[in-house]
Amino acid sequence: MEVHRLPTPASAEERAAVDALLGPPPAPDAEGGPGRSETGRPQQAREERQLLLPALHAVQDAIGWISAGALGYVCERLRVPPAEAYGVAESYALLSTRERPPRVAHLCDDIVCRNAGADALTAEVARALEGDEGATWEPSPCLGVCERAPTALLQIAAGEDRVLAAAEAPAVLAGLRDEAGGEASEAAASAPQTAEPRADGLRLLSRVGLVDPASLEDYRAHGGYEALRVALERGPRWVIDELNASRLLGRGGAAFPAGRKWADVASAEARPRYIVCNADESEPGTFKDRVLMEHDPFALIEAMTIAGVTTGAEHGYLYIRREYPLATARLEGAIARAEAAGMLGEDVLGSGLRFTVEIRRGAGAYICGEETALFNSIEGYRGEPRNKPPYPTQAGLFGKPTLVNNVETFVNVPSIVLEGGAAFAATGTEGSTGTKLFCLAGSVARPGVYEVPFGATLRELIALAGGVDGGGEPQAVLLGGAAGSFVTVAQLDLPLTFEDARGADVSLGSGAVTVFGESVDLADATRRIAAFFRDESCGQCVPCRIGTVRQEEALHRLAGANGNAGEEIAILGDVARAMTDASICGLGQTAGIAVQSAIDLGLLEREGSTP
Amino acid sequence: MVFGLGGGTSSYEEAEDTELIVLWGSNARETHPIYFHHVLAGIRNGARLIVVDPRRTTTSEWADLWLGLDVGSDIALANAVGREIIHAGLAHREFIERATEHFEAYRESVEPYTLERAEAISGVPAEAIRELAHAYGSAGTAQLCWTLGITEHHNATDHVLALINLALLTGHVGREGSGVNPLRGQNNVQGGGDMGAVPTRLPGFQDVEDDEARARFEEAWGAAVPPRDGWHLTQMFEAMERGELRSLYVIGENPAQSEADVQRARRLLEGLDHLVVQDIVLTKTAKMADVVLPAAAAWAETEGTVTNSERRVQRVRKALDPPGEARDDLAAVFALAERLGADWGAPDAEQVWDELRGLSPLHGGMSYARLDELGGIQWPCADEQDPGSLFLHGRLWREPLEGPRVPFHPVEHVPPVDELTEDYPIRLTTGRRLDSYNTGVQSADYGSPLRQPETLDISPEDGARLGVADGERVRVCSRRGELEAPVRYAEELRPGLAFMTLHFPDDVDTNRLTIEAWDPKSGTSEFKASAIRIEKIG
Amino acid sequence: MTSEPRPLVELTVDGTPVWVPEGASLLEACRAAGVGPPTLCYLDGLTPANACRACVVELDGSRPLVASCSRQAEDGMVVTATSERVEHSRRLVLELLASAVDLSTAEPQLRRWLEEYGVAPERYGPPAPAVDGTAERPRPGHHAQPDGEHAATQAQPAKLDNDLYVRDFSKCILCYRCVEACGVDAQHTFAIAVAGRGFDATIATEYDAPLPDSACVFCGNCIAVCPTGALMFKSEHELRAAGEWDEERQTITTTVCPYCGVGCNLELHVQDNEIVKVTSPSDHSVTGGHLCIKGRFGFQHVQALEDGEE
Repeated sequence: MEVHRLPTPASAEERAAVDALLGPPPAPDAEGGPGRSETGRPQQAREERQLLLPALHAVQDAIGWISAGALGYVCERLRVPPAEAYGVAESYALLSTRERPPRVAHLCDDIVCRNAGADALTAEVARALEGDEGATWEPSPCLGVCERAPTALLQIAAGEDRVLAAAEAPAVLAGLRDEAGGEASEAAASAPQTAEPRADGLRLLSRVGLVDPASLEDYRAHGGYEALRVALERGPRWVIDELNASRLLGRGGAAFPAGRKWADVASAEARPRYIVCNADESEPGTFKDRVLMEHDPFALIEAMTIAGVTTGAEHGYLYIRREYPLATARLEGAIARAEAAGMLGEDVLGSGLRFTVEIRRGAGAYICGEETALFNSIEGYRGEPRNKPPYPTQAGLFGKPTLVNNVETFVNVPSIVLEGGAAFAATGTEGSTGTKLFCLAGSVARPGVYEVPFGATLRELIALAGGVDGGGEPQAVLLGGAAGSFVTVAQLDLPLTFEDARGADVSLGSGAVTVFGESVDLADATRRIAAFFRDESCGQCVPCRIGTVRQEEALHRLAGANGNAGEEIAILGDVARAMTDASICGLGQTAGIAVQSAIDLGLLEREGSTP
Repeated sequence: MVFGLGGGTSSYEEAEDTELIVLWGSNARETHPIYFHHVLAGIRNGARLIVVDPRRTTTSEWADLWLGLDVGSDIALANAVGREIIHAGLAHREFIERATEHFEAYRESVEPYTLERAEAISGVPAEAIRELAHAYGSAGTAQLCWTLGITEHHNATDHVLALINLALLTGHVGREGSGVNPLRGQNNVQGGGDMGAVPTRLPGFQDVEDDEARARFEEAWGAAVPPRDGWHLTQMFEAMERGELRSLYVIGENPAQSEADVQRARRLLEGLDHLVVQDIVLTKTAKMADVVLPAAAAWAETEGTVTNSERRVQRVRKALDPPGEARDDLAAVFALAERLGADWGAPDAEQVWDELRGLSPLHGGMSYARLDELGGIQWPCADEQDPGSLFLHGRLWREPLEGPRVPFHPVEHVPPVDELTEDYPIRLTTGRRLDSYNTGVQSADYGSPLRQPETLDISPEDGARLGVADGERVRVCSRRGELEAPVRYAEELRPGLAFMTLHFPDDVDTNRLTIEAWDPKSGTSEFKASAIRIEKIG
Repeated sequence: MTSEPRPLVELTVDGTPVWVPEGASLLEACRAAGVGPPTLCYLDGLTPANACRACVVELDGSRPLVASCSRQAEDGMVVTATSERVEHSRRLVLELLASAVDLSTAEPQLRRWLEEYGVAPERYGPPAPAVDGTAERPRPGHHAQPDGEHAATQAQPAKLDNDLYVRDFSKCILCYRCVEACGVDAQHTFAIAVAGRGFDATIATEYDAPLPDSACVFCGNCIAVCPTGALMFKSEHELRAAGEWDEERQTITTTVCPYCGVGCNLELHVQDNEIVKVTSPSDHSVTGGHLCIKGRFGFQHVQALEDGEE
């Protein structure tokens, strides 16, 4: 296909960054000119489009921003129209098509961090960087390290991304000056149940804190890769039967029966089939998948491999948000070690079956956690959701049958294979089997990931986390992150199961349990949620694109002197209803829920304390 | 011609649902953009595209395979494709036996055209020629289309025959999805042929030398029709040269700028006793005329019909009042007839058309009412119940065959007349750009942001070798004339190949360079192959 | 073309049984039932963009409403196209657009819907003042905090960077039609795409380059599909600016393009014996409504000459 040439050429550094990913460009014809016979590569262009986001990352990583020359070179190599590539680059917060300093601190100001000193941190960093041409800062939505808030992500050109938590201004500034300062990653700090003495009954967290995440031997010594062996021995039908018997429901938010998905992909006619792990954990207040990936990376790779050999897929994509550099590095290590040991690759465990896993980094877009937007992102298109049906199991990634599960869902699989579906289902409740990871953050004494059997109450969970900071009852709890809803003290005895949540008209969502103590300004938190959706809406559909703007504006009017409360509440209700009913995807459909729950519970009525 | 009817055999929409599209000597992306939309839809639906063109055009950017042959080596390439198809056992034996004749002669004629020999003549690697042969030979359906890259040669007709031979060899004609299609360069080239505006034909492709056909026209017109072929344009110029043609009536043509070897053309036009030009603007030719008849623009200021490249007859309608004294072409002709003493009355366009329908069986069913209702009709359309024809020559697939067999025409490669030598080492070829048209009479005035002034396009390698920079003004010389033009480095050109358009003759008179060597059968000049030398100025 | 008749599927729309060919959309089913919902982004001949969400209907078994343009009809479906719930979402879609976008030159049908649905865009507050033309689009994931008073809008100066057509994104509803016409649904030039995110998403060339520096080949197929006049012939733009645009005084004549031999049908929109716009019938097999630069814009040679021109 024709690719428009951009007027400015790429610099040598930019070319080198792209060539390092794509290999050297084809050598020119000896005779010069276009040669005598060539192909316009229409087929190849279709196939190579999926390298667009990795190529943009390569330039961003090396140079610190993506110039027109660099973008033009990427387009020339991959035969992607520059306007489309620009549209893709301009849809991600962590890619910049405008020149900016090579070192950037992304400082989280989301619902947890803003109540954990983010303001002071930001003010101090901002002051120190004033006039600095080599470094700058930007506010950021939740970076997924809420248990150690406040959090900063350092994006360093020609260096490595780094997360600091709990971030302090001197460390942030030192990091921006390229002074060493590694990321803290102590299992016990993120999952307090794994601290000695370890809590009983940990399944998903069973190896967290016990194994060296860089050691395949250690993983195997703790029962790792036993499940894959069994799965290969017993065969796909048996695995799916056990999965069905386990009644495992998807942990990504939609609670879809996992066995049905697996069976649908396994029986789909079209080939190839794909496995996709959704590790784009971006729901504010959520960090459980990160903890699993950082501390037990082989478990996820093994589970994906079981999915591959069970459904007949030969390739898996692990889509992880760029904000998780440590998890990414550990997964890369795990994949390399598993490949070297024959656990992945052309002949998985001597079975004759092929399965490989490829990591794809997101680039700062909440929408890419929506499964079809995630497919578009991998394929090199803007992260915009697709219409469903067709469902992923019929036509997903590259239009082929695709099994997409969340990290936590996958990590449940090995134990189901090992102990059997029925034994798994013995934990939890009738409608919600097994255990669940919850992310306790905000005003609790010991924030972190907690694993409990389904059926534990919110009150029990908060107690597990050491209770509300400073004692007493919480003012409110946000259940399920920005896409979830507020609950109050009256609902603390709600058993945390899918069925009870449904009955109470709330959702467990991502498993985020954000606790707000008495001193927190809930109106401010609600406005932050509204701002989050306004920022993260992809813009494709009208209800979400404009509705999220009008929702945020109405909340601000409500706070200020201009508010006519009745009219603003009516607007908020009207807009939320249209967003919930008429948006294309889950983002828009949930964008009004937290705000509406805050209104319904009267949480915004303590207004007046805010500027 | 081969099939008895001069028109593309397929419909555009067939390109959307075929397995293979071969564009040979056609830069359809830029010269037939909306036809190319149908090709693109085909590609989206899974069709392969193969492009044969000396330049790596924007069209070739969409191709699975581009064959960059030397200008004028098409016949050698086509014959090698034919030979390879035969040797690979991909010839359609059943079709050949039922519907064609002279296959044996063809087989013998292509036998010397091995892949290696074709590579030597055309420059295209044998492997690529083989790939084209196998793709075309094994496709279930295939469209073979060409444009002026095939027909602007001194042996244009042989070029066309070489391609048609391939369609006969593989049975890629006469079926839905398969066909051979010349993409017409002007909005009524096809219609002109349909209406008998060729010196050998009466309307509806009826032979001037066919006494029966002629008799029907003579009866309808009440006048004698000369029983022999007339002159085509190139023969007219030769007749001027011999002094046999002394007066010329030119309607809507600008030969003083559009003819190859244009200095000769101007000299001959100047030598005429009497020149009448009827046109919508005062063209260079009109400026030379003794009488100018200002004409209304047919497409926007008059009523009538035109025929497109899929044989679809469509109405043009009057949307604007013509300026000043400009008249409808019909009215001008009738008025002239009146002055010459023949009273043809003042029939309107529809009445003229209805007379045509009575005489041309191809157009019998095409009333204005039906043309309006159906959005045009594709000939043949015998009567008012006939929906028209999606594709031609379905008869070739009927068992037993209906009508005569279609002959293979063995043809041989003959290089372009204008030889490359040490003095004239570079091959100049010509063509169009997307936003412009012919000599610019219609296209020069609108504010196209794409417009670029005329340049001599050469490969950067040649530029470096000759020591001329991108943008540098150079002298370009051919055996007929010379001109000056700025150089443009064009990466789509191979070393040894240069390219110019005819769009801006007032600035750069490209046709000073081109050769008038012409095809005796079609009268087309060899615009595609001149030999030039590039000289630095100063 | 010879095509076999497609089998029919049966479903009900507002309680009325309808039959549509297999593969037909719910929109077709609704139209068959005589309850055509409003459509903004949908256009026959283009891939449904599924973006405006004005054509939503209730579908039994689906929690959210579904866009009827993008959902295939299936046997036994029960569709509700007329209900308070559906009307609410449609009204909000129209109202939200009207609150953010200048719809003054939109298709008459769109303006009728605004009236029919009784939209009240003013309730979202007074429109924020237009940004100036040089302001950069906010980076994805970042926006200025609302001022507690004004409603953000798309107001911005029109882009005049060539002699043929004008882009006024203050009128853009982001229906994607132009992107599709420039891309896979017709022209395959891909000169424009959506850039930016959310409310700040806009149609753009690479790095927002002026059209003449972009891949644009000025076929104008984007103008032809634009429902709001965000993309407009320069001639129309100028006549409107001078207050002289008057569709009552215009004639539309279908003829054939004077350029190459493809035979594209042109609809010449003529006002006072001047061509002011050129379109092509979207249901014609040759063009499908699409043209090239010459057919769309190459009519200057039949326009009256300005004083002083030769």
